[in-house]
Amino acid sequence: MTFPIREAVALAPTITRYVIEAPLVARKRQAGHFVIVRVAEGGERIPLTIVDGDAGRGTITLIVQAVGKTTRQMAALRAGDALADVLGPLGNPTPIAVHGAVACVGGGVGTAELLPIARALRAAGNAVHAVIGARHRDLVILETEMAACADSLAITTDDGSRGRMGLVTGPLEELMEARRIDAVYAIGPLAMMRAVAEQTRPRQVPTWASLNALMVDGTGMCGGCRVTVGGAMKFACVDGPEFDAHAVDFDELVRRARMYAAEERAADTRFQAACASGGGA
Amino acid sequence: MTARAASANPLKPAARVKIPRQHPHEQAAAARAANFEEVSQGFDAPHALIEAARCLECRDAACTRGCPVGVDIRGFIQRLLVKDFAGAAARVREANALPAICGRVCPQETQCEATCTVGRRFAPIAIGLLERFVADWEARQGPIVPPPRPPALGVRVAVVGSGPAGLTCAADLARLGYGVTVFEALHAAGGVLRYGIPEFRLPKAILDQELERVRALGVEIRTNVLVGRTASLDELFAEWGFDAVFLATGAGTPTFLGIPGEALCGVYSANEFLTRVNLMGAASFPVRDTPVKIGREIAVIGGGNTALDAVRTARRLGAERALLVYRRSRAEMPGRLEEIRHAEDEGIEILFLTNPLRIAGDDQGWVCSLECQRMELAEPDASGRRRPVARAGSEFVLPVQTVIEAIGQRPNPIVQSTTRGLAVGPGGVVTVDGDQRTNRPAVFAGGDLARGGATVILAMRDGRRAAASIHRYLRERAGAPAAPATEVAP
Repeated sequence: MTFPIREAVALAPTITRYVIEAPLVARKRQAGHFVIVRVAEGGERIPLTIVDGDAGRGTITLIVQAVGKTTRQMAALRAGDALADVLGPLGNPTPIAVHGAVACVGGGVGTAELLPIARALRAAGNAVHAVIGARHRDLVILETEMAACADSLAITTDDGSRGRMGLVTGPLEELMEARRIDAVYAIGPLAMMRAVAEQTRPRQVPTWASLNALMVDGTGMCGGCRVTVGGAMKFACVDGPEFDAHAVDFDELVRRARMYAAEERAADTRFQAACASGGGA
Repeated sequence: MTARAASANPLKPAARVKIPRQHPHEQAAAARAANFEEVSQGFDAPHALIEAARCLECRDAACTRGCPVGVDIRGFIQRLLVKDFAGAAARVREANALPAICGRVCPQETQCEATCTVGRRFAPIAIGLLERFVADWEARQGPIVPPPRPPALGVRVAVVGSGPAGLTCAADLARLGYGVTVFEALHAAGGVLRYGIPEFRLPKAILDQELERVRALGVEIRTNVLVGRTASLDELFAEWGFDAVFLATGAGTPTFLGIPGEALCGVYSANEFLTRVNLMGAASFPVRDTPVKIGREIAVIGGGNTALDAVRTARRLGAERALLVYRRSRAEMPGRLEEIRHAEDEGIEILFLTNPLRIAGDDQGWVCSLECQRMELAEPDASGRRRPVARAGSEFVLPVQTVIEAIGQRPNPIVQSTTRGLAVGPGGVVTVDGDQRTNRPAVFAGGDLARGGATVILAMRDGRRAAASIHRYLRERAGAPAAPATEVAP
């Protein structure tokens, strides 16, 4: 049994939105859940956050940026193709509470993972202030969707090609200056989440970060996704993926995330060479 | 069958025991330390027949009492003696759905071969190797012919987990006419047989073949379903319509020592390391996508079969110095004797009475050494094994780039934590009675989930007991007279 792709739509040059048939997952998914995907036989298992779901149609939505071999392989798939394996929903759903005013901060493709959380927070009665950042204007995604569920939306790009030039921390600082912010949800690159945590720590604003640690099974079996939170070992897959950002040891996480950097580069180069020669991988 | 009078063996008992125990061909240690092919090649037919002729065909069959699933050992050896290999295979399969696996991974020296009458004075009959021969012979006989199915009872049982407990239970129930669906969270079935036991001890082609035979009984195996997340236990009854559930999700949660340095790059749980290699094919990276990192010098912490599997795997991946660090002595090592011998032959150094204190890293966050201390044995502890105590001032440093912790696993917590009212004991072990019943009606459990970490064959015994117990429960519920326990139980 495979998992057919119903839709594959490019959101940006390297970012694709997939609607995938996974009826069992669709019935149970909540904001914050993720799935483990194996694109094809022989492939690795990668965790991907569920962006949306439709229990009636039996589909889930994933948004994936092609950054390595497996995600490039996935980017080559079209509607009508299928994924070999989809397991989920995994992890704990995001704890959605009534905080008051909440800042939702997304970096890069992390914005896709932030969207269902922002929606759920808004539905729960919070005022949602969104800040989304990207390297370049082409990589700004889900602007309309975020705007629809946010009371305010700020956009930043590293090069200033869209919205404000700079990092998401700029608008976040202004938000916290201008009004009381009761909680912050940050999803994006580790460096971004760490910066947000450092920014909210002195103000003692409760902050959640969603940790996309390396994992194999996603069910608590391998321990590869272990992170140190408040001095204790936690497994991102079963204890997370969201944790108190002020308690996370980001330095350790950054080192562990680079553990297979050389192998990831080698696999990617090999895959792209094979694609260029028309041989596939 | 009456024993000696009807024996096909012309030799008198005194002559039988004079035959030396036969040994199968094994790959030379130097060669096999560099490949993942099976170490032991098993018996060929002539050797199997010679070995079978050593059996005294004892009337009381003490060997069968030593077998957790009660294989009729004398019976299958008697079929072997008349070269009825198919009959021998059928006899084994009556009690054991996975003989090609048990013949390879069971600790026979503490079970059937420990109770063998010949073994009191001579080397015991090589029962495990004969079982393997029979199963391998069967596997070579072309496509699997599905056995005749009993009439469908229209009653459905869910088995959660496709490891040895789950597969055994599923096979027994399917033979009785139940509709059985096995749920597996990973993308491939087999549980610990798939992700845990390496190719050189249990080739995955053998596992695939045994799975095919279980499917041929009518069992449906559904991968990519994590019960507790994809569907809850209660939903299996209320929405999926199952009449009973057997929980056999194993002991898949790795335990860490809790020493400093465990978050360094280059530290693995044995579970992760073995899963990367066995399930994900990391030895074939980059042809397969999943990598694994192995240093020139590596240390595996632990003394059980998982630790042995990990250290021998690391050796095959190219570790020049592969150490096993164990805090007790050789006598307390829980690993299977044959595996310890194989490991040492392959150049594995075992550091007995050695306790790890901390893992040190370089400035990039990678493992560079393991600090240990020497231990000595004091009086026995609760486990009956002599308790290791530290020798003051005995600290020393091992230069290693990879550390693999194989100090035991706990039950997977997902089903317990997502199911209301399921009784769970210390360490997350699901509480069961002697019939594998949990405190919830229609819910049974077994294998490592109910034991906390044991062997393949004990998991299989639980699976058999659970099948018998589920059968009784479902018949009683349907108002039929209680089925005699002997119908499936050994």
